[in-house]
Amino acid sequence: MAGSESRIKVKRDGSIIEVSFRDRNILDEANIQQIEEEIRAIIDTEEQPRLLINFTDVDHLSSAALGKLITIHNRIRNGKKGQLRLCNIDPQILQVFVITKLNKLFEIHEDAEKARASFK
Amino acid sequence: MTPINSRSEIDRVEAAVLAALDRFAYPEASRFAIRLALEEGLVNAFLHGHRGLPPEEPVEVSFRVGPSSATISISDQGPGYNPGSVPDPTAEENIELPSGRGLMLIRSFMSEVRHEKNGACLIMRYDRPPPDAA
Repeated sequence: MAGSESRIKVKRDGSIIEVSFRDRNILDEANIQQIEEEIRAIIDTEEQPRLLINFTDVDHLSSAALGKLITIHNRIRNGKKGQLRLCNIDPQILQVFVITKLNKLFEIHEDAEKARASFK
Repeated sequence: MTPINSRSEIDRVEAAVLAALDRFAYPEASRFAIRLALEEGLVNAFLHGHRGLPPEEPVEVSFRVGPSSATISISDQGPGYNPGSVPDPTAEENIELPSGRGLMLIRSFMSEVRHEKNGACLIMRYDRPPPDAA
């Protein structure tokens, strides 16, 4: 990962860390791996991370990316007792979450404002 | 059959399939479904089908796009597997597992999915929905 361009954009709003993506298509295995490593590095610096992943402008997402989201979810919730929210998911991608029933695992909000307001 | 064994070749095949869909003006929902199935099928072929094989071993892809349906065939060089043995990723005990969703998504988005060569060849067909359902 060292020396490669970051695949995510990070914004802090108080205690909430908001992550969005530089790519419209999150399909490439190497990119997905890098995204997970970058997010994990952020989580690991926080005691109880409050992470908002914003999918604005993301058009495609593979099951490998879903797998990494689950890994991040497990790390935040089980390992750190933190909170994770997802927002701005394109309706077609949301269908992928519904088919795989991951809409029940993740807390998904329509937009960033509603997601931010949902943190406890 | 086009042999591919790198990410850039996967991207090239995906672009060729999408261009063929555009020639017949398939709606966005169809492009999304077919692209997702193609991506998942190729990733499965490389990650699972070719596990233990040299990285230069190619996966073979062919596709045929017509006005009312698109058919894609993905054939790997591995020993195959039993598609019926893939655990249900939506079962409560599997929901937090990070893998095992690709085949389910392919089955959900495509109209027909068949396996040949003992599971090493995936053949999937997408039927274009009627205009009022698109």
